[in-house]
Amino acid sequence: MTPGRPGTSGAATTPEPGTPGGRGRRLVPAYLATGGRERPRGTADFDRLTVLVSTDQQPPEMDFGPEHRRLWTLLRPGALTVVECAAHLGLPVSATVFLAADLVGGGHLLARSPVPKAEAIDRTLIERLLVGLRALP
Amino acid sequence: MDSVPSPEPATAPVAEPRPEPDAAAAPATGPQAGPGTVRYLPSTGQTLMKLVVTGPFGVGKTTLIRTLSEIPTLHTEEVMTSSSAGLDDLRGLPEKSTTTVAVDFGRLTVPGDLVLYLFGTPGQERFFPLWQDIARGALGALVMADTRRLADSFPVMDMVEEQGLPYAVAVNRFPGAPAHSDEVLRKHLDLAPETPLVQCDARNRRDSIGTLIALAEYVLTRLPQDAP
Repeated sequence: MTPGRPGTSGAATTPEPGTPGGRGRRLVPAYLATGGRERPRGTADFDRLTVLVSTDQQPPEMDFGPEHRRLWTLLRPGALTVVECAAHLGLPVSATVFLAADLVGGGHLLARSPVPKAEAIDRTLIERLLVGLRALP
Repeated sequence: MDSVPSPEPATAPVAEPRPEPDAAAAPATGPQAGPGTVRYLPSTGQTLMKLVVTGPFGVGKTTLIRTLSEIPTLHTEEVMTSSSAGLDDLRGLPEKSTTTVAVDFGRLTVPGDLVLYLFGTPGQERFFPLWQDIARGALGALVMADTRRLADSFPVMDMVEEQGLPYAVAVNRFPGAPAHSDEVLRKHLDLAPETPLVQCDARNRRDSIGTLIALAEYVLTRLPQDAP
């Protein structure tokens, strides 16, 4: 028992607002539609430059909101980064990450990190960049 | 000072195809979501990198990005709250003060399967949390300066240094602005001897590519010789 921690026992524990079963009223913009979760699983893996591409699995209407389907539709013709999706959809990057994480979780999108893990910023990469920049028309 | 015509007219972004704030209410087939206006990545096998282009308001950040970008420059509306600006705290609770900041960006495909994203980030200190978030993982920063108000770039350089990001200074030559030698500019900007300084016209493609080369060369000198 740790006397210093209030609320660790008994039914009087107040659930955090927004958690399932919590009674706190949340003012969530409709477009976020993140299902009341604080953070969808896996959003930490997303970056502005994470590359997204649709799979052939269309998100079913019963499970996903219109924003999810807009993102999936946007990506039907090709790949874009998270930040480009956000700009084209007129959504903040954070909201786009929520939507993308949901769709990746459901198998409707594929996501790829901008720089492969083994290829962190190193001399080889910068040297490649310099050669490329000097070759630009 | 702001009455002098600048290469970054304040009205310029209005002419761009901007996503409307009420886009969420528009049908999914709206013009900004149509496949015709979206420039998709040519392949998914490329390495993507980002650079931050920063500096005081009106210094030419968007102009430089527009000059270099292969796509019409895009922008996102980034929401910041007074308490935190992390990805998890953007629900817009009314008791927190929120600010919306537009962040312009562009894309430049570089031979060798590389794609460089250029983010124009506001240089004001109050945007530091947003700045940090965007700068995370960036190769480096271009700090832009205007010879008529060099001191406006000081807080921006402080911010970049605090972030630990390698940077080069790009002095945008505005028409009619006084010309100075690199030595004079370096002295007035109080630059460390190793910090690159490039004078450019942000509307000129070769000049703008030159600023990227100067930055990349500098980034290379700061990396360890041997891979660990």
